[in-house]
Order: sequence, then structure tokens, then C-alpha cells
Amino acid sequence: MTSLRPTTSSPPRADVFLVFALRALAVVASGIVLLILVFLLLESAPALEGIGLTRFFSDASWHPLSDRFNMMPMVFASLAITFGAILAAIPLGIGSALFCRYYAPPKLASLYRALLQLLAGIPSVVYGFWALVVLVPVLFPSLLAGIVILSLMILPTVALIADASLAQIPLEYSHGSAALGLGRWSMIRGVLLPSARRGLVTAILLGLARAIGETMAVLMVCGNVVQFPKSLTDPVRTLTANIALEMSYAGDLHRSALFVSGLLLMGLVVLLVAIAEGLSRGKIYA
Amino acid sequence: MKRFLVLTVGLLLLSLGSWIGWKTISRAQNRRLVLTGSSTIAPLAVEIGRRFEALHPGLRVDVQTGGSSRGIADARRGIADIGMASRRLKTSEKELLVHTIARDGICMVLHAGNPVSSLSDSQIVGIYTGKIQNWKEVGGKDAAIFVLNKAEGRGTLEVFLKFFGLENPSIHADAIVGDNEQGIKTIAGNPNAIGYLSIGTAEYDQKHGVPIKLLPSHAVQASTETLAAGTFPISRPLNLVTKGVPSGIAKTFIEFCQAKDVHDLIKAHYFVPATR
Repeated sequence: MTSLRPTTSSPPRADVFLVFALRALAVVASGIVLLILVFLLLESAPALEGIGLTRFFSDASWHPLSDRFNMMPMVFASLAITFGAILAAIPLGIGSALFCRYYAPPKLASLYRALLQLLAGIPSVVYGFWALVVLVPVLFPSLLAGIVILSLMILPTVALIADASLAQIPLEYSHGSAALGLGRWSMIRGVLLPSARRGLVTAILLGLARAIGETMAVLMVCGNVVQFPKSLTDPVRTLTANIALEMSYAGDLHRSALFVSGLLLMGLVVLLVAIAEGLSRGKIYA
Repeated sequence: MKRFLVLTVGLLLLSLGSWIGWKTISRAQNRRLVLTGSSTIAPLAVEIGRRFEALHPGLRVDVQTGGSSRGIADARRGIADIGMASRRLKTSEKELLVHTIARDGICMVLHAGNPVSSLSDSQIVGIYTGKIQNWKEVGGKDAAIFVLNKAEGRGTLEVFLKFFGLENPSIHADAIVGDNEQGIKTIAGNPNAIGYLSIGTAEYDQKHGVPIKLLPSHAVQASTETLAAGTFPISRPLNLVTKGVPSGIAKTFIEFCQAKDVHDLIKAHYFVPATR
């Protein structure tokens, strides 16, 4: 094997510049995340001091103008809607990817892929408006309506990334399993899906991230009542919807409390990413 | 490589220096007009201020929120040139001079197919506190009432609560909406819904074929005309207040706020220009 390091003592100028530029970009990218976190902390500091962290969990309800700041129903709603959507999108999305890759005739597959890409490009407000006019009159503003529209929105993300990761599996794998006499489904289940696991986890993770951060469509169909839903047909409000609904008219502590929503949201995303990372690592090396 | 670094750092320092210089110069040059108070008026005042600044170079209109009471207090103590108050003044505040620039009003809105044509104040309170749950109790069909409320902090919510003497935590809503447009879409899609909306928006949408119905209040028709005339009950004036007769740039600004030039901005915020 040849080493990747150049053998000459001083690397070419262009390389030095490239490395410098790449490092700078990496610093900028991670710096932005840090800055956002610092900004969120600074903006929510007045609320954390003036209201106190525990009251965001223990107050009677979320009525910031009446000095009540409980955010737990919204944390629950965000999680419920995200997991509901991903549970619906995983089988549909991975199923679509498998169909595209291994079952559909090539022409149909490329047509279907183009359709998925189109679906991924539709702005979320358009999904929201469609849901408001078509879904809400039938399902009413509810947790269920939110889950349905969100699963539709993240389906293309999951399907396209799963499809791309299936495409990266070395051809020898399928040739080898065909030579062993495995059927198409046994080959997919026993060889191809396990070797694409890392990519599939990424697909699900990006779907989750999009679902938990989605705002406009959820705001339009979920009813936005702050409560723990007793059933799928109850209205709920997510953390993102809370920020979008109230930010433009909030002042002082109320505004700062909304930044605490943002902070909680960021915490949830970090938690989800950490869990997903842990899951995919554990399985690969186990 | 070194030259590149020196160049970058130099450029950065240069731009920083010129930015600071420009800031100090522009601050020294600027005269400032300070407005504080109602967060309902503030967004409108910011936009009017921007247009006003374009007409008067070197002037900065500084708008700060903090509620009507702060606007009145600041105007009284001379901290602000002009206070903003989205309510009538109390008798104890009568020494301030009031300049009404617009009116803000809300009306109850139903789906056009709902046979109910008017509701009394106590019926509306009953519906919003969950004591009345079915339309047949107020003369309508046998169907559950779908109650729409607004998100906290919205001006329309504030007007609604104040007029009907309600506290927001006591309201049982089936859905909470943000802006008027979302409210209208929800009511238009649900024959059993009730909500309240800015009169300006509701009237506009109804004229353009959206199936909604504007309910009268105290037998006064809900329309921008009755609102502008001040006869529609669920409304409030949007006032600028000054300590004594305004002079100089404050006077010019108040006159600008009341002129036809800003009617488009007022309407864009779903208020109606005040008729004098």
C-alpha cells in the first residue's frame, strides 16, 4: 500500500492552502453551532433566573401572561409527533428504497426516484396548506393530523437516503449471495440490509431531525392547545409551534421563556442524535 | 502564504475600524425621536418610522415596546417623545394629549352555513368557558361547538379577553391559531367553529367569497365603517400620547401618522385609519 502522505519534505503550496481553507471552514461550521447555543443561553438567561428551571416542569399550565410556564406538554407533544411520524415513515421509506433498488424495472425506478425528489422539494408551508384544507376538515386539528402530514414530509428524506446507501453496497455482495442460491428477499434481509445499516440509521436520523424541527405544517394542523393529549384526536402544541406562534408578540420574560423552548428543542435533538449514534455504533461493532 | 495572512488580517482590521468610525459618525449626526409603549402599535410605528426616516435624512425613529402603561408613564416623565397606548386613557391620565391614529377591532366569526345569526355577550362567555358545548343551546343545530382561541400575546386575544372580562387560563379551546388568516381557513373548513378575528381581515375575506359570517355585537353590524366611526363595541383606539402640545419633529411625526400617506401601512396591519 502507498501512504497518503506526500513523500517530498515540503508539501505543494496548493495543498497547504487547501488544508488551511478546510480547517477554517470546519471552525466556522462548528463555531456557528456553538454561537447558536451561546445565543440561546444568553437569551433564555432572564427566564432561567427570573422563573427558575423547575417551574418549566412543575407549573399548572402554559399561560406565560398569567405567569404559568409549564412546557412539559409541549415536550411530550414534540416527541409524540416525531416518533409517530418516524414509525410511519420507516417502513414506507425503506420499502420505497428497496422497491426502487431491487424490484422495480429500471425505468419505473428512476421515475419513482424523481417523484420522491420532487416530494422532498415541496416547501413545508405548502404541505401545511394542503393539510389544512384536506386533512383538517376530516381529522380535525389533532395529534393524528400532525403525525400524518409529518410522516408524508419525511418519507422522501428517509427513502432517498436509504436508497443512496443501498446503492453503495458492493456489487459482489449480491453476486455472492446469488451464487449461494439465496432468494431475493433472503438476500435483502440477510445480506444487503445489515451491510447498509449505517446508512439506514442516517436516513432515520435525518428524518427524525426534520420531523422534530418542522414548524409551519405542524402549526397549521395540530390545533396548538397546550395539553397532554388523551387520544390521537386531541389537539397538541409542539415546541417549535410554540415559538412560531408567540415569538412575534412576546415581551420580556415571555420572550425569554420562548428561548427556553428553543433550548429544550436543541437538547432533544442532541439527545436523539446521541442515541442514534450509540445505537448504530453498538450494532456495527457488536 | 504569509502575504495572504497579512492581507486578510489587514482587511479585517480595516473593515472593523471603518465600521466603528461610521457608527460613531452616524450616531453623532442623528437626531432621535423616541417612542415607547404598546406592543400592538409598535410594529406599525416601526414601519411608519421607516418611511418617515426616508423623508427626513439624519433622523432616527427609535421604537421600544413595554406595554401601554409604560408608554403613558414615559411620555409623562419625558423619557419618550411620544408614548404609544392601545387603550382609552384613564381619568388620572387626562393631562396627556391624545392623538388617535387608528382603530383596532375584533368580531366573532362563524361558518357561513351556521344558522345562528347573533350571540349575546353571556352566551359567548359560556361558549368560551365550556359551559355551553352544543350549538342547539344557543338556537343552532345539534352539533358540538368547535372553539377557536388565539395564541398568548396577540393583540386580538387581549381585546377579546378585556371586552368579555375573561382570563385566558379559564378558556377551553379546541384549537389555538396564530394569525387571522389561519383562523379564517380553520373556520371556513369547519361548519361548527366559532372564533374571533380582526374586523379588517374578516370583512376582506368575506367579500372575496370565503364562507364565513361576521356576528354583530350589541346589535351593531361588524364592519370597518362602524369600527372607524367608533360605534362597534369590541374595539380600541390606537393612540399616540404626548405631554402637552407636541412641537418640532414630534409634531411632524404625529401629523404624518394621521395623514393619508400611511393608510396603506395601517390597513396592512389589519387596523382601520381613524376618521377625525
